[in-house]
Amino acid sequence: MASLTADSHGAHGAHAGVVHAHEHHPALQHQFDDMEQQRESSTLGMWVFLVTEVMFFGGLFLAYVVYRTSFHDAFVQASNHLDPLLGFINTLVLIGSSLTMALAIWAAQVNKRKLIVWMLIATIVLGAVFLGIKAVEYTDKFTHHLVPGANFDGSDFTEPRHAEIFFSLYFIMTGLHAFHMVIGIGLLAYLTIPSWKGRYDATYHTPLECTGLYWHFVDLVWIFLFPLLYLLGAHLQHH
Amino acid sequence: MDATVSPTVHPEAAVARPNYLNAEYGLKSWLLTRDHKRIAILYLISVTVFFALGALFALLVRLELLTPQGDMVQPDTYNRLFTMHGIIMVFFFLIPAIPAVLGNFLVPIMIGAKDLAFPKINLASWYIYTLGGIFTLWAIVNGGVDTGWTFYTPFSTNYSNTHVVMTAVGVFINGFSSIFTGLNFIVTIHRMRAPGMTWFRLPLFIWSHYATSLVMVLGTPVIAITILLVAAERLLHLGIFDPRLGGDPVLFQHLFWFYSHPAVYIMILPAMGVQSELVAAFARKRIFGYRIVAFASIAIAVLGFLVWGHHMFVTGQSIYAATVFSVLSMLVAIPSAVKVFNLTATLYEGSISWDTPMLYALGFIGLFTIGGLTGTMIATLGIDIHLHDTYFIVAHFHYVMVGGTIMAYLGGLHYWWPKISGRLYPGFLSRLSALLVFVGFNLTFFPQFILGYLGMPRRYWSYPEEFQVFNVLSTAGATVLGVGYILPLCYFTWSMRYGKKSVDNPWGAIGLEWDTPSPPPTENFYTIPVVTRGPYDYSPEEVHARRTEEVRVG
Amino acid sequence: MAEHVSSTKSYIMVFLALAVLTVVTWAVALVDLGWANDIVAMAIAVTKALLVILFFMHVRYSTRATVLTAISGFFWLAIMIFLTMNDYWTRGSSLLPVLGK
Repeated sequence: MASLTADSHGAHGAHAGVVHAHEHHPALQHQFDDMEQQRESSTLGMWVFLVTEVMFFGGLFLAYVVYRTSFHDAFVQASNHLDPLLGFINTLVLIGSSLTMALAIWAAQVNKRKLIVWMLIATIVLGAVFLGIKAVEYTDKFTHHLVPGANFDGSDFTEPRHAEIFFSLYFIMTGLHAFHMVIGIGLLAYLTIPSWKGRYDATYHTPLECTGLYWHFVDLVWIFLFPLLYLLGAHLQHH
Repeated sequence: MDATVSPTVHPEAAVARPNYLNAEYGLKSWLLTRDHKRIAILYLISVTVFFALGALFALLVRLELLTPQGDMVQPDTYNRLFTMHGIIMVFFFLIPAIPAVLGNFLVPIMIGAKDLAFPKINLASWYIYTLGGIFTLWAIVNGGVDTGWTFYTPFSTNYSNTHVVMTAVGVFINGFSSIFTGLNFIVTIHRMRAPGMTWFRLPLFIWSHYATSLVMVLGTPVIAITILLVAAERLLHLGIFDPRLGGDPVLFQHLFWFYSHPAVYIMILPAMGVQSELVAAFARKRIFGYRIVAFASIAIAVLGFLVWGHHMFVTGQSIYAATVFSVLSMLVAIPSAVKVFNLTATLYEGSISWDTPMLYALGFIGLFTIGGLTGTMIATLGIDIHLHDTYFIVAHFHYVMVGGTIMAYLGGLHYWWPKISGRLYPGFLSRLSALLVFVGFNLTFFPQFILGYLGMPRRYWSYPEEFQVFNVLSTAGATVLGVGYILPLCYFTWSMRYGKKSVDNPWGAIGLEWDTPSPPPTENFYTIPVVTRGPYDYSPEEVHARRTEEVRVG
Repeated sequence: MAEHVSSTKSYIMVFLALAVLTVVTWAVALVDLGWANDIVAMAIAVTKALLVILFFMHVRYSTRATVLTAISGFFWLAIMIFLTMNDYWTRGSSLLPVLGK
């Protein structure tokens, strides 16, 4: 079935006709033939992981769709107890952090070592702002007894039980999202160190690329959370 | 004759060559390995341990069911026994076994790569599996869970007094092991094939594992979030399944079965991949309809996601939805049937050898067919109204999961054992075990079809007198089956030290894995192969030339 | 394929587009359009998502395998939601789909 050649550094199965000089970049792992294969594999792998995240959050979105269909009016009413301005600001903050993240990778691609670090820090700061605003929102919910459970005060609502379901979804969805952001910030903080040391440049910046994909994904989730949670009843705003 | 990778050396000298087993010694070299073959062995040990534990719970269940009265354990305890049996067997054995043991070992070699795309993630997946196992074991030691492996709400969220959250955490963690394995396979198969290894020259084992990986990656996260929601409801009272708030327990079931039905395809697709390899090798023939079988694997993976509602025919979804799911379930049977037909057609006019792997393969064909056909029976909405939650269902899924998956797993282990260990096992004993497994299996589970049809419910700790005969037959069968499983455990272990040393290709089979030494060197190949022909390219002359020496496994 | 390097200008344009769309989404939500509110909100969200995916996440310049992976994730989510809603939309005595009940 297979005949063997003495030299294996010729064509690659997935890279027909491409021949590379045998450089052995220091970041090349042994199972890969060259940096391009490594980079494409890492990107593909990260995307496969993001697909799992889509399905993970997806279950929550499904629950949201089910209950919003069943309890539409209660959801509208409950949504009005969220502050759309804070949600709007947070959306812009997160989109801005996606910009700085993309620029961090660009900086690596054009060999601007210090700019990578500045952009990473900017992303972290914006992420922290987002979480700070979320903390403000959560505290507000807590003081107004809108956290589901024994202390939930549904007196403001026509259907308190259904409103409680809305808030359960609100906390689980935004809470899980915030948890992912914390992890993202942790990864970014960690990456500032090798970035500062000059480990990333045009020939190799895969960890930045993969973390960037993760960060953009977290932004994507929020892009959908904002209208679904905050803007449901905006046309009936009377907060 | 084709050039082979290894020079023809005497078997004695062969095992002394540097290979992945003797490359390094010591616990650390195993626990910190990046070598996919060593990781496969780590998984082999772990899944065997969990299989034994799951089998122990099964034994206790069958012992209780020897008599109609509940006289061995309390009813609460009985609930825990079948729950733990289900959880361990599904999550810690059936889902990982073939992919993480045989897949991990063979996928890189079969495509001509040096390792998987992400060796560290591969090792991490084993540690994650172990961590999930530890949480679950902790829960077992502290009394286990009594909700059934299906964790239905609101019992699991509001009323059960057992360690639901701890078990749920164990399963949640274990899910990531599955995801990492699937992720690794997908990227590896896409990006790391050897020169000349086009998609349609891949062995069907690879196609099957690719399809399995798609299911792992797309489905597992959904059960992860479902488990998280159960834990959140139980711990934080964030009640979205709570009927007291207007929540819908059926939503839990939608979310749960969205994964858990495709999960059964995670269990059977790799088994079908093994089957293709076994039948081709032991009938000395190309697989009939190779491309159709490859596409059927993908079709099963995709269609498998569209049928989950057939687990919920009687629990409250709309009649319209139930009808749609019933029709879709018929569809998914088609690619599975195609595979069985093609395997059978491959056997026709093949040159059959009755080695142990072939015995398991033949057993699979018959038993999986019965399991699959009974599956279409219960996919029929009207019939399932009566058969749901009876032993008919239990018999059906054991036929496909045990008669199918476990037979294929054992067949694969027997086929590739010389490759993995460099050793041969006793031929008579292995054939005897295969026979015991086949007979024991049928004696255990066929009576259960009858019991279900007659109306005996599942998950009940006592039953009416008239069902005793079949229950006794079933328990007797389980004992025989148990012996059939213990024997390979013994002789495989024995063979590692005392087994006759194998040549590189004891079966004279065709495949990249047979072109490298048994056991393989750490880097799999001394030089990366260049592929020029399709898989299973058996011709009479070549087959004769490849069967080096007369050293047969027996 | 060699890695594509986008310009900073393109990234900033995408950011501005996203910001504008965010403003639009809020503005439209303040007007009562009945059932159209949902459609518009989702259409805008999907547009924003596509901008992030294609440009910030470089999918526009990625391999076919990556593109297929990204598409399949969202496609599978759609399957899960629609096939489940197939149940909820048809709950009730009639066999015909009844939206919103």
